[in-house]
Amino acid sequence: MINNPKTGMTLIVKTITRLTVGLILLFGIYIVLHGHLSPGGGFAGGVIVALSFVHLMLAFGKDVAISKVSKNLASNLESIAALMFLSIALLGFLGGSFFLNILPKGTPFNLFSAGIIPLCNIAIGIKVGVGLFAIFLTLVIVEKSK
Amino acid sequence: MELHILLIFMICAAIVAIEVKDLLSSVIAVGAVGFALCLAFLVLKAPDLAITQLVVEILCLIILIRATINKDLPLVIEGRWFFNTVSTLGFIAVFLLFAWLALKELPGFGEPIMAVVKKYLQEGVSKTGAVNIVTAVILDFRAYDTLGEATVLFTSVIGIMAILRRPGRKK
Repeated sequence: MINNPKTGMTLIVKTITRLTVGLILLFGIYIVLHGHLSPGGGFAGGVIVALSFVHLMLAFGKDVAISKVSKNLASNLESIAALMFLSIALLGFLGGSFFLNILPKGTPFNLFSAGIIPLCNIAIGIKVGVGLFAIFLTLVIVEKSK
Repeated sequence: MELHILLIFMICAAIVAIEVKDLLSSVIAVGAVGFALCLAFLVLKAPDLAITQLVVEILCLIILIRATINKDLPLVIEGRWFFNTVSTLGFIAVFLLFAWLALKELPGFGEPIMAVVKKYLQEGVSKTGAVNIVTAVILDFRAYDTLGEATVLFTSVIGIMAILRRPGRKK
């Protein structure tokens, strides 16, 4: 399916995409995980993750991208990530109030620090990435089915 | 100085986006406005916003080009131009009046009040442990706003999937 010359763009674009799409995905995950240390955060990193799948879809056609992330998986992950963010917020009631930072703070400038903030970033990153990819997938499928 | 050049460029690109006849050229001009806005955020030393603006602009540009590239939407310019022009000028006048009334109360550009922000800047690292103060504000001090923003995105995804699903398009 990947080497099918009928779908997607030319061989040059496919080769470059095969080399770069993993790096783009990795960069998005890096931005999400380091949201509390460097500029970026859950929203920007999630959009980069979504862009890597959009890149895959533009280069190889929609079947390859749907085989990686189907529409049902996208909507399920979106809902799970939204519930994850809400449950992190509700966990604050263990300490007394909504969105209370109950985990230990750690030392600043470490990757594992800042309590619940990296967990919130991961939840928002999954949610935004999968949600924006689901929007793109839905628009493309509708456009093709007309 | 760089900011004024960027703002003038953005206004010119927006006028081009309105006036050009081709739909694809119009979309690209809108993209130029967005990338200039990204540079303006960098000039104002807001890298978080610049990253977000850049990636969202790329995604929007891809979606808009994908949506417009195969369609020939006719440009509708027909009668009632006098009424349209007068009403547009009237709305611009009302908007400028209220903007002048509202904006003259704001503090000057580059001179923030620093009433609440000073506390965040002093106690942000010790209270949240996050070094990036923007993340500390949006996910700890103001996390309730972020929850609302996530709900907005969730609702929009639900809406798009519900309107554009395939069984709903049968007649």
